[in-house]
Amino acid sequence: MSLPAWTIYLPFLGMLVLLLWPGATSRDARRVALVTMLLAGGAAFLSVLRYNPDAGWQEIVRLPWIPQFGIEYHLAMDGISACLLLLTAVASVVGVLFSWNIEHRTRAYFAFYLALIGGVYGVFLSRDLFLLFVFYEIAIIPKYFLIAIWGSTRREYGAMKLVLYSFVGSAVALVGMLAILAMGWRETGTPTMDLGLLARIPWSGGFQAWVFPLVFVGFGFLAGMWPFHSWAPTGHVAAPTPVSMLLAGVIMKLGAYGALRVGVGLFPAGVQMWQGTIALLAVCGILYGALVALVQQDFKFVIGFSSVSHMGFVILGLVTLNRYGLGGAVVQMFSHGILAGLLFGVVGRMVYDRTHTRQLPDLERMHLNRVLPFAAWTFVLAGVASMGLPGFSGFVAEMFVLVGAWSAFPLYAIATGVGILVGVAYTLRAVRRAFFADAGRAVAEAVALEHPLPPITWPEKIGAVVLLAASLMVGLNPDLLFRYVLPGVDGMLGVMAKGGGL
Amino acid sequence: MNDLPAITLLTLLPVVAGMLLLVMRPDGVLARRIAVGTGFLLLLGTLGLWLGFPHGSAGLAFQERHDWAPALGIQYFVAVDGISLMLVLLTGLLIPMSLLTGKVPEDRPVLYYAFVLFLGGGLIGTFTALNFFHWFIFWELSLIPAFFLIKLWGGKGRDAAATQFFIYTMVGSIAMLLAFLALFLATGKFDFLSLAEMGQAGALEGALAGAVGWSGISGSGLAMLVFLGVFLGFAVKVPCMPFHTWLPSTYATAPTPVTMLLTGAMSKMGVYGLVRILLPIFPDQLRAVSPLLLGLALATIVFAAWSAFAQTELKRMFAYSSVNHLGYCLLGVFLVVRLDPGIGDNAVSQAALMNGVVLQMFNHGLTAATLFCLLGMLEQRAGGHESMGDFGGLRTAVPVYAGFVGIATFASLGLPGLNGFVGEFLIFRGAFGLSPWVAVLATPGLLITAIFLLTFFQRVFLGRLDERWQGMADLSTAERWLIAPALLLMLVLGVAPQLVLTTINPAVQHLIAAVTH
Amino acid sequence: MAAVTYLELLKLGGSEVLLVLAGLVVLLVDLAVMRDEPRQNRMLLAGAISAVGCFAAGLWALQDGITGRAFAGMLVIDRASQLVKVVLLMMTAATVALSVQGRFTRHVGEYFSLLLFSTVGMMLMVSTENILLLFVALEIASLSLYILTAFNEENPQADEAALKYFLFGGVAAAFLLFGLSVLYGLTGSLDLREIGAVLGQRGVDAGVAVAVVLVLVGFGFKVAAVPFHLWAPDAYVGAPTPVAALVASGSKVAAFFLLGKVLSTGFAEVAGSAAWHGVLSGWAPVLAVMACFSLLLGNLAAIAQKRLKRLLAYSAVGHAGYMLVGAMALAGATDRGRALAMVVFYAATYGFTTIGAFGVAAAMERAGESDRIDGFAGLSSRAPVMSFCLMIFLLSLAGIPPLVGFAGKFFLFGSALAAGPGLGLVWLVGFAIAMSAVALFYYLGVLKQAYVVPAGERAGTLTVQVSVILTLAVLTAVVLLLGLYPGLLLDPLTRALAVGM
Repeated sequence: MSLPAWTIYLPFLGMLVLLLWPGATSRDARRVALVTMLLAGGAAFLSVLRYNPDAGWQEIVRLPWIPQFGIEYHLAMDGISACLLLLTAVASVVGVLFSWNIEHRTRAYFAFYLALIGGVYGVFLSRDLFLLFVFYEIAIIPKYFLIAIWGSTRREYGAMKLVLYSFVGSAVALVGMLAILAMGWRETGTPTMDLGLLARIPWSGGFQAWVFPLVFVGFGFLAGMWPFHSWAPTGHVAAPTPVSMLLAGVIMKLGAYGALRVGVGLFPAGVQMWQGTIALLAVCGILYGALVALVQQDFKFVIGFSSVSHMGFVILGLVTLNRYGLGGAVVQMFSHGILAGLLFGVVGRMVYDRTHTRQLPDLERMHLNRVLPFAAWTFVLAGVASMGLPGFSGFVAEMFVLVGAWSAFPLYAIATGVGILVGVAYTLRAVRRAFFADAGRAVAEAVALEHPLPPITWPEKIGAVVLLAASLMVGLNPDLLFRYVLPGVDGMLGVMAKGGGL
Repeated sequence: MNDLPAITLLTLLPVVAGMLLLVMRPDGVLARRIAVGTGFLLLLGTLGLWLGFPHGSAGLAFQERHDWAPALGIQYFVAVDGISLMLVLLTGLLIPMSLLTGKVPEDRPVLYYAFVLFLGGGLIGTFTALNFFHWFIFWELSLIPAFFLIKLWGGKGRDAAATQFFIYTMVGSIAMLLAFLALFLATGKFDFLSLAEMGQAGALEGALAGAVGWSGISGSGLAMLVFLGVFLGFAVKVPCMPFHTWLPSTYATAPTPVTMLLTGAMSKMGVYGLVRILLPIFPDQLRAVSPLLLGLALATIVFAAWSAFAQTELKRMFAYSSVNHLGYCLLGVFLVVRLDPGIGDNAVSQAALMNGVVLQMFNHGLTAATLFCLLGMLEQRAGGHESMGDFGGLRTAVPVYAGFVGIATFASLGLPGLNGFVGEFLIFRGAFGLSPWVAVLATPGLLITAIFLLTFFQRVFLGRLDERWQGMADLSTAERWLIAPALLLMLVLGVAPQLVLTTINPAVQHLIAAVTH
Repeated sequence: MAAVTYLELLKLGGSEVLLVLAGLVVLLVDLAVMRDEPRQNRMLLAGAISAVGCFAAGLWALQDGITGRAFAGMLVIDRASQLVKVVLLMMTAATVALSVQGRFTRHVGEYFSLLLFSTVGMMLMVSTENILLLFVALEIASLSLYILTAFNEENPQADEAALKYFLFGGVAAAFLLFGLSVLYGLTGSLDLREIGAVLGQRGVDAGVAVAVVLVLVGFGFKVAAVPFHLWAPDAYVGAPTPVAALVASGSKVAAFFLLGKVLSTGFAEVAGSAAWHGVLSGWAPVLAVMACFSLLLGNLAAIAQKRLKRLLAYSAVGHAGYMLVGAMALAGATDRGRALAMVVFYAATYGFTTIGAFGVAAAMERAGESDRIDGFAGLSSRAPVMSFCLMIFLLSLAGIPPLVGFAGKFFLFGSALAAGPGLGLVWLVGFAIAMSAVALFYYLGVLKQAYVVPAGERAGTLTVQVSVILTLAVLTAVVLLLGLYPGLLLDPLTRALAVGM
């Protein structure tokens, strides 16, 4: 059964179509992109539906690729991949919807966009370390162009910073990967990059002690792990809105996924050695991101730093090494992907593209809750969800990360609680200042008359509703995701335990 | 009972109606009609629940239990017993009352009514849920409508007040969340009843020590920490001193109908949580720190009364008065776990105490909401003036109004024959039985309350009438019909408290038996 | 030593013979027939003949069963050498294709025949295990390239560049010759295998160390490794662009293959070790130091460059560093053939890629622009296909998957790390990877101009010559294809070298 593999092939096919169709108008390009993403997303949904979470790994494709290094073209999915496939499906479709107003070099835009999504799907399905890394890197370069060409504030700087950070991160991870390859080769006598086989190798403690931080931190760069996060806010701000949505929505997840599969999955003893340090960094990230978000004047920076904070939960969950923490981390990846996407969508597309300012003091004078009520209430709901109020996906995710954290590091669990609280504070501040600045009705209506803003379009509305619905569904019925994620996590922990690492 | 999911329907009714409002976007008047209609349906529903409830039994009625997230051991579990039934009933009474209070707001009426209905749904959900997971959903989500009701339709300083309200409550909620997550980790359970069983059997400490394992802290220390987290969540909501500072400005700023709900129903979420969740799950921990908590409760009672005495603004005064009244409930909850022999039969004292607490919750909800409703009417007539010094001699201008306020005020200060008396009497009776000193220390609260309420009545309604208020209109027929049932109910409950005590008592006895072994 | 008949000799050296013949035909035809024709036609015809020569030589090399070892290792023909020759011929063919529409010289016949002769030199380099012929072959290739560098009539700096190239080359050749003669003196043999055997017994002493260092100096010059790289930037800029491409590609492939052979055959037992906590004297530490400095200097200096060719020159220095890291694997690997295959694979794919990048520079020059990087602004709209090719080339050079540059780097570093001892080379590999992150910065700088910065006043479609764009397209396809399926080249290479060594 190779249906899941089509989630990878379809975007690249779509990209080829766009590249080889010089006459395509903006409309054509948009449609090609939307259809491609819908098809790929549909394939992702179908694959997840057909996937039986209790069956462990489901093989998709396995072909020899570079036998000299034991590298295979090996795609497979488990519950964790399933969860992230769903995220990518939703985020990629919504991203196209939020790109509907791109008129400048539309064909090139969507070609890069599709290449990026293809890479993302690829990472989530790769079962071979080399292949995973290939897809991982494929997702990096399109980002540069998407931001540098179609971005806004200090776009070239932001794009270069983002790409160099990502690349430095992947370089660090690459060193670790090569070490894994060489060491595994020596241990077993044959080279292999198969994650399943690698996980069974009884790595020596000394080796894990230095390779685990290499790969974990290397991938952690892209996950916005504090203190290697500083690309994230500038990149998010510089990027065009749909790309910010994807950056926060799926790209940061690539890093977390890599850290999970390669770092945590292969080196349980390494995790144990570094657990405290990384958890400390994660908690620092949660608090730092939230505190910095609290004092930003640029609306997009608020969301940018909030991403750092929320990804801290993922990192924290990853190193708890128990099913609740890991499961919570994966669900948090999903949840943050959906919600950060939505927040960026509101801030960048609905607000900034209309008002041409993201400065909170300017927005305060515009009384957007009357002028753009849809944007205002969408932001409220998204904010409520992202601050971790129950009923939305953010709650279940953070809840289980915290459950995991309680078992591993109770003190950090409490510090994290403070982080959530600051999260409440900055979200509330953003809601109040950007949308609900206090002024009489008369004043507000006068302002609205003076600066009429174009109404919210249908693609925006559909996109926002899809994202909200996704978050709400998971929040109200966490089983939707946990049904897949927990068996996946259990499988991983099982292998770790067998490998003698735990 | 039949299989009708009565509680779920009751919870969903206002939520769905609110969503309908948002989708239909009718004009203000129609929105109000729809909302009020929904409110009355809700009232009817709660009355139906009351009628269908097996009065005199201690068990849970109208149970619904379904698997929700089996991978995580989460169930959907709702039911009512005598205690929660009283609060559901209170919500059912207050929602229509609040909806009928005041005029249709000029600004975004649809949104306003939708939020009030959402708040109603949240309240019912909180009072009926028996699994932490969805209980917490309602607990937290009722905050959002409350926040926006204050933020968008409040008076002066609404932005600061709404934010303060939200942040304070969130601090408590997060502490509580962390505590419950630790419990979940230790026990794998979110179910209040199962947790309570473990707690009463003293099994929590061991489980926590095993799962959370925090160097240097014993199981009992962890249990205490968890207990304090949960306590903080409820204490902020009630509020218990010193976590009360958000309250006066919030109550004073919120639009009158919202204040009615805040004081009448939302503050009960806190007390209800203490009675239904904290007390059964952590009886040992509560016992261990009860001297300290009793100090807090006494401080709440006395200082809130004192603060009320010092206020000149009427809404603030009654806000502190609310804190004072709920202080008695706190006192009751913290005292009931005492095992030391007191005067007379402990069991009788404890029963009196807890019956008093539950009754006081209901009474205070009713009385305080009525008072705030009446204050709102005055404020509306006086064009925003609400300082005591602005008024005087209103009795001659608005005699009916003065009479209504008089009844409500006396109910509030605990005049025998009105409802307030019964609750407070039972609490004091129980307190004397268990710990006379505590009862003695609490009495100044009663005295000061009596003094400031009487002062209020005297300065506003007696004396010489200010010329400004010569032409003040008395209550309209609609207003009379709005207030009269509430006053009637106060009277009925004052004269015949056994009407509800027969419902409350079995549940309370059951609870006491559980927590005092 | 088996006697070899002339017929057999002809068969063994058939490719070289064919190419020499083609060179002579080019000269003859151009002198005799085409003298008065317009330059364009002369270029086309000469180019066609050269291409046919390359093709024929390539076909010859691809024949099965031509293997043999003649004259004390002077001519060693095996599958590996034949394969590398095919690669070299493809590179020469690409160079020829890039040249045919050029306007940089009037000496058409001489130009193309010298191209072919230098290729013959490179081909001899890969098919010898004899230090005498090694030197001769090296000099054939080098001398032709010195002259070719001076062929650029459009660039007044060409003479200076050629002179610089020649002087540096001469000095390096002297070092190499001295080193080889010391080697001969120490071992009494010209055959690398025998030398290897003798050195194995002798171990690393002062004499051997001198020989090793001197030989490495010679090769360091050839592959433009720091500190023997000083000629490279000037030569790359001064030479006709296609020649620069050949210098950066074919000459490097040949040199690395030869270096690999020398290290793994002749110097096999005097490798020493460059592991972090276990440095042993031998060629490995020397090579490690050269690699380190090449990586550092090449990549850092490239950042400051304003012209594409100079940038490529410094990046070539950096890439020499990567390949030296790969060559380190020859010190400890149990399977030296595989390790050498990785180095050759990288050199070959790097060669193809860099020819492509030089092709873009050539196209810009011939369209009336220069290779100034800020002149690339808006290239994506002015010449979309070419800028796409450029993107592929540069990203491949930067080592971005799924392009071949990534696969190549991964193989190099993987084999270096796997070779051991322990994970001793992890410091070097880590450093190399860090430098590749630096490299991405300057490659992206070029792509930023092409894709992000708007065209400005020089807007308007850019005409790219047919020969150039076709070459670029083919090279792009190669880069993509080998990136997606490296086995196409890697499998034959590993197989051939496993047999050969």
